[in-house]
Amino acid sequence: MNEITGQLLKMVSDWDGGSFSGAYNIREDSGCAGRQSSENIRIENKADNPGIVIKISAKAQKETVYIPACITKGGVDDLVYNDFIVEDGADVIIVAGCGVHSDDEEESRHNGIHRFFIGKNARVLYKEKHIGTGKGKGAKRINPVTDVTMGENSYMEMDTMQISGVTSSDRSTSARLGAGAKLVIRERLLTDGNETAKSVFDVTLDGDDSGVDLISRSVAKGNSYQEYTSVINGNCRCTGHSECDAILADNGRVNAAPALNAASLDASLIHEAAIGKIAGEQITKLRTLGLTEEEAERKIIEGFLK
Amino acid sequence: MLELKDIRWCLPEGDEILKGISLAVPDGKLTVITGPNGGGKTSLAKIIAGLYEPCGGKLFLDGEDITECNITERAKKGVAYAFQQPVRFKGLTVRDLLELSAEEKLTEDKVCSLLGEVGLCAREYMNREADSSLSGGESKRIEIATVLARKNAQMLVFDEPEAGIDLWSFTNLITAFERLKSGHNRSLLVISHQERIMEIADHIVVIADGKVKSQGSREEILPEILSGNTGAKCPLGKTVEEVC
Repeated sequence: MNEITGQLLKMVSDWDGGSFSGAYNIREDSGCAGRQSSENIRIENKADNPGIVIKISAKAQKETVYIPACITKGGVDDLVYNDFIVEDGADVIIVAGCGVHSDDEEESRHNGIHRFFIGKNARVLYKEKHIGTGKGKGAKRINPVTDVTMGENSYMEMDTMQISGVTSSDRSTSARLGAGAKLVIRERLLTDGNETAKSVFDVTLDGDDSGVDLISRSVAKGNSYQEYTSVINGNCRCTGHSECDAILADNGRVNAAPALNAASLDASLIHEAAIGKIAGEQITKLRTLGLTEEEAERKIIEGFLK
Repeated sequence: MLELKDIRWCLPEGDEILKGISLAVPDGKLTVITGPNGGGKTSLAKIIAGLYEPCGGKLFLDGEDITECNITERAKKGVAYAFQQPVRFKGLTVRDLLELSAEEKLTEDKVCSLLGEVGLCAREYMNREADSSLSGGESKRIEIATVLARKNAQMLVFDEPEAGIDLWSFTNLITAFERLKSGHNRSLLVISHQERIMEIADHIVVIADGKVKSQGSREEILPEILSGNTGAKCPLGKTVEEVC
């Protein structure tokens, strides 16, 4: 593992510089910089494509697996397919995340395709941070694709965050939920300069009493542009909620298009979308506490994306 | 001491709302500004905090001319202001706001103490977002707590603190005001229509139609207000002569 990977891991995986405990797989410039399985979580190479298969047994309870991917130079076009097979009743925390670093003029990109097969009554907390670093003018692109199949009464929480420095991101998340399954998605996104970010969510509620709660909060600064699309398909007795809150600053632009498709009388679906600049009264209030206008704006954005 | 000298404030279209207000808020005292709705009380409070710029007159804080100071500069000089309509924040928690007010990290005990002063059960609130999920009364109490947390502020301005809060919390608030003025030698300027707040005031100023109609000690002014002899519409709803 090289030094830049170490720095990126601290940012995307909260790595403390020591050794990862439990299962992990560290991807570095399309190669493997380290891997370890645990008793309850097995990590193996995929047979048909670059990537890994992570098998999480029912014995895993509140166990964490780390699978960060790092790109440390320009000219890397990384493509990886990771499959997560979560047995019935397992309870796991998956720390993913991707950092792309470039000090040169060449473009680098990470395309991560994650598939989740979540068994009955299983619980998954999926944490993912994305960041771009380095002084190079080469574009840093991250394009995650996530596809989730949730079994009966399973639960998944996705906590995703794009911090800064990613030239463009194109996220696609799809999920199908069985009876009683619950999916919670929290997305936070910050773009600046000429960055672009696209997020597409497509969730299908197929089992009675399934539910999704999707909240995306984003800030578009500089000349950046964001697109948010969410589609919730309710095919049964289910609940769905999507919310897109975006703050604009400078010349930032946001296009939000939430959609609901109800195919059952018992589907209860809601969407909300709000886009606007920081309310002037919020800045004024913080200024009455002694903050400058710039400090107030920074605090409001930090809190909004926290 | 805060001194206002001949403060005037006009709407952009030119109508004069404040027509030459002069008054003094002495150190360690509680001054209540009262008067009929629309008389200019909130405008005056916003001028003191720097939210509005006067079109005439001067403000002095401990002898220093602060007329040209902006909101941030006034806050740093010790002016604190509790809004009549609290501001909501998506993402900032109650604890975040109190820590920003105090300019330091606060212990749980300290957060509890501040929220307790305004009648909130602290552990239920400290990590809640200060957003629209809070009721009007809850937001109002948190707004007041952000001013109580300003340990370096010497001039505390509260705009109708009683509005929207329940009787129990109001009693706590009265106690907090009494403690603030006696224990910390802070100056309190409270815009209020509440007789119970006027009863603990050292000075009362009656403003109507953009002018000071009367001012003086509580002993002098409160009986006038209660009897309707201030020359202003009675803020307590009693029948008095029209002044405008």
